[in-house]
Amino acid sequence: MADLTYREAVAEGIAREMRRDPTVVCLGEDIGPAEGVFKTTVGLFNEFGPERIWDTPISEQAIVGAAMGAAMTGLRPVAEIMFSDFLACCWDYLANEIPKVRYMTGGQVTVPLVVRPANGGGLGFGAQHSQAVENWAFTVPGLKIVAPSTPADVIGLMAAAIRSDDPVVFFEHKGLFASSGPRPPEGHVVELGQAAVVREGSDVTVVALASTVPMALAAADQLSTEDISVEVVDLRCLIPLDMRTVLASLERTSKLVVVEENPYQGGWGATVVSIVADEGFQLLDAPIKRVAGANVPLPFADDLEKQVIPTVDKLTDAVRALAAY
Amino acid sequence: MDSDQLLVLYGQMAVIRRTEKAAYDMFMAGLVKGTTHLASGQEAVAVGASAALHPDDYVFATYRGHHHAMARGATPEECLAELMSRATGLCKAKGGSMHLTKAVSGMLGSYAIVGSHLPMAAGAAWSAKLRGTDQVAVAFFGDGATNIGAFHEALNLAAVWKLPVLFVCENNLYMEYTPISAVTPVPNPAADRAGAYGIPAEVIDGNDVVVVYEAVSKAAERARAGEGPTIVEAQTYRHYGHSRADPAKYRPAEEVERWMKHDPLDIARARLEALGVDQEAIAGADAEAKRIVDEAVDAAKNAPAPDLAEAFTDVWADGGAAWRT
Repeated sequence: MADLTYREAVAEGIAREMRRDPTVVCLGEDIGPAEGVFKTTVGLFNEFGPERIWDTPISEQAIVGAAMGAAMTGLRPVAEIMFSDFLACCWDYLANEIPKVRYMTGGQVTVPLVVRPANGGGLGFGAQHSQAVENWAFTVPGLKIVAPSTPADVIGLMAAAIRSDDPVVFFEHKGLFASSGPRPPEGHVVELGQAAVVREGSDVTVVALASTVPMALAAADQLSTEDISVEVVDLRCLIPLDMRTVLASLERTSKLVVVEENPYQGGWGATVVSIVADEGFQLLDAPIKRVAGANVPLPFADDLEKQVIPTVDKLTDAVRALAAY
Repeated sequence: MDSDQLLVLYGQMAVIRRTEKAAYDMFMAGLVKGTTHLASGQEAVAVGASAALHPDDYVFATYRGHHHAMARGATPEECLAELMSRATGLCKAKGGSMHLTKAVSGMLGSYAIVGSHLPMAAGAAWSAKLRGTDQVAVAFFGDGATNIGAFHEALNLAAVWKLPVLFVCENNLYMEYTPISAVTPVPNPAADRAGAYGIPAEVIDGNDVVVVYEAVSKAAERARAGEGPTIVEAQTYRHYGHSRADPAKYRPAEEVERWMKHDPLDIARARLEALGVDQEAIAGADAEAKRIVDEAVDAAKNAPAPDLAEAFTDVWADGGAAWRT
């Protein structure tokens, strides 16, 4: 079967779930006849019509708040937030309402919804349209967090996210939309919280997510010519966080680099490495390294942006430094 | 409304009044921790509105929500037990005074971030519309909520999508400690904004349970007929301060006196008398309210503390709190 792009996989993943479950509905800005500013909802309005694909005003609080109310009353809404930076406009719902309502009502309500922001940089959109903010969601207990790196995972994880009775923030990476890969068969589901070892290696483990997965694979290719064998773990999800797979990989390699696009300050890699330090220290033969976004707003110019987000070169430098131990 | 129905509503208001007094007394006795926002004086809004709703309609309330929970079927015992951190509390002692919820009877929560629940109510109404039911959703909110973004986003979305939702403002003249008139450029903070969204609005005496019942009945009828949202601004007054830390000294004595003479229970009692209900029947309703609340206080005081393991339940839909492998 022909390959499909990551952006096509988003629409395909949603469509597959909408075909099997009539309670799945979508809402967001420009997702209907316009088919999404990133073309991630192509075909949905045509197939499912205005009863299930709802264009909204530019009202992030109304979008996510309404999704919450609908999720509490029998629907499975999928809400698009155009750029993940805009999550700040409706952060009350992601921080205070959606993740807490089940707990603070003693389990009386569930909120089976998906919020889909386009995340990440590298495209020259400047400081307010380029951020990798998966760490924002990572600070809030009660949210599940998905960030796929391949079209097949987009479809498989979208199925799991929409079927989940828990709220899921599904980060789609803008830099990956044009990438392509195999189209998975019908019924393909990737359970939440299962990391994948996407390249086996014996010298250094690189833990990556979304855009940094292809970066890690490119680095591994390059380093193999230097006789450094890199194992790449694609976390796929931040919550649930599959530390078992990370720790098992370290049993083989004893060295860890985490590569994350969100800022070093408060980035998810800090939690990963703190767990390794706490529970896997005896596995390590070298210090741990984090390659992360710099602690500055994202600049506009390409060359400047490269200075502050992870790159293959920064990652290979970090891996080389550890391989020397 | 006939005298039998009015007597029932009077009894409900009497139960709420006594429960709020019990909550106050137990707070002062150190048996309730944190804070409470009592609704004494505002009973007619909750009771009159609930009487106008169907059992499967949805209600979203605020942190001043004891009256709404009880009007929708929560017992005084469940509410007081929650306030006193007992295992038998409405939310298993995980919500507290500000988050009373009775989901089985459509009371989908009390939210303590001002205005946050208006988009949720719009979403529940959207859900009802998509599922083809004749349910309506009601958001009760204070005057202070009319100056926050979520209020305006919810009104716009509800109007443009013609949702079966009622926005019921309990205008008690003060946003926390400040007169609403000092921070709002129009005299009726909710109703005067309705025109901007093409939503019909009515300003009513929120202390007259019959007036509330009639206004909400009419608004619900409009909503069920597919005519969209309505704003009902119910003028009322709280007998206590904003919260337990507040003696409400900022309110002029003359104003307090005027409103104390315009008490929802007195108004209902006068209506009952005018309908020919004898004093004995009214006294009977008062005595029954006293019995219910006295028993509720005893039961709540004697209820067990929560099992400590409950701190780690109800995060996820599977009942647990696991976030990693």
